[in-house]
Amino acid sequence: MTRNDILAGLVAELIDVAPDLDPAALGENDHLQDDLGLDSMDFLNLISRLHKRFGLPIPESDYPRLATLAKAVAYLEKEQAG
Amino acid sequence: MPSLGADMDTGKLVEWLVAPGDSVTQGTVMAVVETQKGAIEIEIFEAGEVVDLVAQVGQTLPVGALLARIGTAGEAGGGGDREPNAVASRRPPEPARGRVPETDLPAPAKPAPAKPAPAKPAPAKPAPAKPATAKPATAKPATAASAPAGEAVLSSPAARTLAAEAKISLASITGSGPSGAVLLSDVERHLAAGASPVSETPEAGRPTARKGLDMVEMRRAIAAAMTRANRDIPHYYLCHEIDLQAAQDRLATLNIERTPDRRLLMGALLIRATVRALAKVPELNGRHEGDAYVPSGLIHCGLAVAIRGGGLIAPAILDAADMDPDTLMEAMRDIVARTRAGRLRNSELTRGTITVSSLGETGVDALFGVIYPPQVALVGFGAPRLKPVVHDGAVTPRLAVTVSLAADHRVSDGRRGALFLAEISRLLQDPELP
Repeated sequence: MTRNDILAGLVAELIDVAPDLDPAALGENDHLQDDLGLDSMDFLNLISRLHKRFGLPIPESDYPRLATLAKAVAYLEKEQAG
Repeated sequence: MPSLGADMDTGKLVEWLVAPGDSVTQGTVMAVVETQKGAIEIEIFEAGEVVDLVAQVGQTLPVGALLARIGTAGEAGGGGDREPNAVASRRPPEPARGRVPETDLPAPAKPAPAKPAPAKPAPAKPAPAKPATAKPATAKPATAASAPAGEAVLSSPAARTLAAEAKISLASITGSGPSGAVLLSDVERHLAAGASPVSETPEAGRPTARKGLDMVEMRRAIAAAMTRANRDIPHYYLCHEIDLQAAQDRLATLNIERTPDRRLLMGALLIRATVRALAKVPELNGRHEGDAYVPSGLIHCGLAVAIRGGGLIAPAILDAADMDPDTLMEAMRDIVARTRAGRLRNSELTRGTITVSSLGETGVDALFGVIYPPQVALVGFGAPRLKPVVHDGAVTPRLAVTVSLAADHRVSDGRRGALFLAEISRLLQDPELP
C-alpha cells in the first residue's frame, strides 16, 4: 500500500465521520481536532474506522501520533510495514 | 405539528411513514418533519389506528397544526382525537384546499411531560409559537428561511414568478387573497417594503453546515431559547475543580484491552457521574413549565452537541438513570451521530430533564452554561487538563476538570447545588467506574 493509498483511505474515513468537511480543502498539516473541529467522539469514531480498514490496534497511547493527516499517514505507513 | 422546543414555531412535513389504516403504538415514528434542528422523526405517544393524514408532504406548518387523526382503541373513526399526543389534535380537520386549519387549541404543542401534568404551554410571553389570531400559518416570517419559494404556499402564478425572480420565499409574505393566498400585489408590496434580511438571503448564500440544517434558523432558535432562559430563569452558578486522575487511570486500563469501537470516552464517565449524583439532589432534575415546577422521576439527560461550523443542539438520552458506562457511551455515540446527521426523534428534543454541556479535550478550563428551558439545571464541564493538584500531601500533576452548575433559583439554592457538584466529584473519585 503506497503512501497515497493510505492517505486516500484516511481521507475517505475522515469524510465518513465528518461528512461536512470538504476533501478538497483539507491540508495535510491540519490538526484533526483544533483545525478540522473533530471532537473526541468524532476522533474515536475515526480511530475505529482506521482500526477496521488497516487492521491495526491503534492503542490510546498512540493517539497523539495521529493528530494531523500527515502524522496519521506516517503512523499508518509505519505500523503497517512493521 | 408538535413543538420540538420553546424555540420552534414551524416545521415542514417532509415524509409520512404511516398510511391510513395503519396501527400505531406508543413510540411509532409517524412522520419526518424538517426543522432548524434537522429532520426530526415524529413519534406518537399513544396507540391507535391512523384515520386520516391531513397534512401534506411539503407543507410548512405552525406548531399546533393538525397533522393526522388517530383513532384510539374503542373509538371509531374520527372519534379518536384524544389530545395528548404529538400528532393528532382535538380539533377536527377542515383542510381548505389542502391548507392547515389554524390552531386555537390551548396547548397543542405540549412537550410530552414525564407525568400527566396539566397541559401547560411553554410560557408563551413574547417569544414562542402560535399566533392567537387566525393568520395563515405559512405567511409567518419565521418560515421564511426554510420554505423554498412556491412550496405549500397558496399563491397565484404571477406571485410565484415574481417571488422566484426576487429570490424571496413566498412563505415570508402575508397573503391577502382567498384563504391567505399570496397574490402578485402582496409580493410587490413586500418588495417595496424591503424584504427582511433573512428572507432576502438566497438559499445558496446562507451558511449551512450540512444538508438539512439551516444555520441561520438554528442561530435564531438558539437565541430565542437562551433569551427566554435569561428572562425567565433566575440563574445561579457554582463551580468546582475535580481530580479526574483516578477516573482517567481506570479508563486507560479498561480501554487498553478494547478495540477502538468499544472504548469509553471520559465524557461517558462525566455524564454517568452527573446522572448518578442527581439521586442526591433530585430537584435539579425536572421541568419548570408555566408557573409550576414538576420534578421528573426519570432522568432524560440532554447532551449539548456542537455542530461543526457553529450551532448547538441538545437532544436528550432518554431514561439514562440506570445506564452503565458502556450503555451510556453507546447512547452518546448514537445520539451525537444522529444529531450531526439531522435525524433525531421528537421525544429526544422535548423531554430533556437536565442538560450536560462538555467542552471535550481541546476546550478551555470552564464552561458556564445557560439553562435550556424548561429545565432547571445545566452542568458544564471544561476541558480536562493536567493541573498541579495537592494529592496525598504533595503537589503533583494530575488530570483535573472544572465542573460548573447553572441552576434555577426558583427550584434550588446554592447549598443544594454545591451538594450536587460535590457528589459528582465523589463519584468520580471512586476507583471503580463511577
